[in-house]
Amino acid sequence: MKKYLLALLVDNRPGVLTHVSGLISRRAFNIESIAAGYTEEEDVTRINIVVSVNNELELDQVVNQLNKLIDIIKIVNLTKFDPIQRELVMIKVKASPATRTDIMNIVEIFRAKIVDINRETMVIELTGEQSKIDALCNVLKDHEIIEIARTGAIALSRGPIPAKRL
Amino acid sequence: MNGAEAIIESLKREKVDLVFGYPGGAVLTLYDAVYKMKFPHILTRHEQGAVHAADGYARITGKVGVCFATSGPGATNLITGIATAYMDSIPLVCITGQVGTSLIGKDSFQEADMSGITTPITKHNYLVKRVEDLPRVLKEAFFIASTGRPGPVVIDVAKDVFAAELEYEYPESVELKGYTGLFLGDSDEIEAASQAMQMSRKPVIFVGGGVVLADMADEIRSFVKKTGIPVVSSLMGMGVMPSKDGCYLGMVGMHGTYTANMAVMQSDLLIGIGVRFDDRVTGIVEQFAPKAKKIHFDVDAAEINKNVVVDYRVCGDIRRTLPIFCKKVLRIKQDWRSHLLPWRAYLDKMKERYPLTYDAKDGEILAQHVIEMVSDYAKDDAIIVTDVGQHQMWTAQFYNFRHSRSFLTSGGLGTMGYGLPAAIGAKLAQPHRQVILFTGDGSLMMNCQELATAADNDIEVKIVLLNNGVLGMVSQWQRMFYGERYSQSQLKTKLDFIKLADAMGVKGMRVTEEDELDTAIHRMLATEGTVLLEVVVPPKENVLPMVAAGKPLNEMVLGAEE
Repeated sequence: MKKYLLALLVDNRPGVLTHVSGLISRRAFNIESIAAGYTEEEDVTRINIVVSVNNELELDQVVNQLNKLIDIIKIVNLTKFDPIQRELVMIKVKASPATRTDIMNIVEIFRAKIVDINRETMVIELTGEQSKIDALCNVLKDHEIIEIARTGAIALSRGPIPAKRL
Repeated sequence: MNGAEAIIESLKREKVDLVFGYPGGAVLTLYDAVYKMKFPHILTRHEQGAVHAADGYARITGKVGVCFATSGPGATNLITGIATAYMDSIPLVCITGQVGTSLIGKDSFQEADMSGITTPITKHNYLVKRVEDLPRVLKEAFFIASTGRPGPVVIDVAKDVFAAELEYEYPESVELKGYTGLFLGDSDEIEAASQAMQMSRKPVIFVGGGVVLADMADEIRSFVKKTGIPVVSSLMGMGVMPSKDGCYLGMVGMHGTYTANMAVMQSDLLIGIGVRFDDRVTGIVEQFAPKAKKIHFDVDAAEINKNVVVDYRVCGDIRRTLPIFCKKVLRIKQDWRSHLLPWRAYLDKMKERYPLTYDAKDGEILAQHVIEMVSDYAKDDAIIVTDVGQHQMWTAQFYNFRHSRSFLTSGGLGTMGYGLPAAIGAKLAQPHRQVILFTGDGSLMMNCQELATAADNDIEVKIVLLNNGVLGMVSQWQRMFYGERYSQSQLKTKLDFIKLADAMGVKGMRVTEEDELDTAIHRMLATEGTVLLEVVVPPKENVLPMVAAGKPLNEMVLGAEE
């Protein structure tokens, strides 16, 4: 299975997320993550999808099927353009006075941030590529993770050209 | 002008001349506008009847079919019909009432989320909560439904929107950022595909519903006449080639002809046009047309390489791409016909050796024979409609199709109960043409309430009911693959179809003896009004030949002769 990052520029209208997610589940496509948000254009939403497919033909199917949705303006396979990828994670972890220093060291190494702290727990925030986030989650396993919230990947292409003109 | 009147006015602007539907609480204002503006409307006896009738209307005319239904159960009763239209790419606009805007999402009385429910089975859908959006939404809906690969569009309108006042202005054009409706095709793709023809000695053209929808049958016929390339068809492509044409090999697939299937399996170049390589066509897909390079013409890019990986794609509207392709191919060789002579002679011999056959025992009337007889007596331009099951396959096999866009059947979804309402829609669309429905005792009961619609509105449909007392196709599979365990497929019934027809205001006739059949068919066709001709046929007849599911096309169970 290979992962691809797609940027979907869609009309910001009611129902558009239903249409996209409905199509993905109905066609049994494998989605690793999906993240949506406003863009530089008022009526355009950008949906970032990471799909997992066996081959290029399968990827074409995903793109062509999504392209048929009327509210999709454009789909770009950003993976082709060596994009900058980021994901945000927040991790709530057990942190007693005894383990605090140890955790802070880990945070330091990963260049993460502590955004909340109390006598029992901490919340750590990290932005980065998926692999880095996976690594932090893995290391923190020694310290009883209470909960994790991840955004899923978003991405931009390098250079001056925006996705809508790619 | 209120929202309801704006809808009717917009339908007029879209040149809609007939709507099918069923009123209810949420659409009272809409129906008030129908009344006041005297808009032509046919009241069916079930919403499913309305949507299938609109579908039949659309298939025959090529125009967008329109139906109305109320919120909740009214709207959900449309679902089967919407899915039927979606699978066969039929342009529909379905306008459903929704509960009032303030009640949406509260599980209100007769509320169902139509946008959510129909997302997988529509080309697009809308929920309209602001009256000022109505004209734009209607304009877009008709545009989307009818352009590119056609399909159904649902417009769900909140109850209060029908009554709200607006400044009506119908947009001249649509502005959709992600959909132009233009599918021009790529000249390099056409060139590559036509070059592929150069080396072929055993080409086969495979036509499907896309050719019918694009009205390109004449182009295909003239191309075939000039080149002599043999043609096979999917169920949806029936009528693109005349059944009796020398180059035509018949239907391909599970119940296709021996020759059509063998031609595909032995071909060195398969030219698929407006087809989607359905599993009923390909048999086991890995072994489909193994020797052939494949060309695929389709307007929908997502169809290319979906089921069968092809060597040459020509993505675009075949109304544009096909004529260019044909012209290029004709330029490659002057003498296509003589070039293909060995291939044609081989297939002709096969056609002669393995015709479609059936073998009636004494005293039995076989459905296949009935269909052949009706085919002989029907008018040349008759519209043929079927339901789903054995009779559908026999119609595809034994009816002598003469024209494109004249055969209505639920191919993709396989909807039992489709036939009668679709026939009603077709007859209303083109009242001057004879409409003949072949149906079974299973299928007819699924929407038999529409007999009343036909009778009450004097819609003349000739119904040939092939009554075998069983669910024929289910029984056939149980006979062949489930050790003759006929689970729930035997309709041991007290039902009297003649009385049923009579009760609904339809004239009924029953035939049980072979020697009455000829007269009965004549009488059915000659009698004015809707007539139901019930022919009693034996319960254990199989549709043959057959490729079992999961087998390649060249492993066929043949007919009576083998």
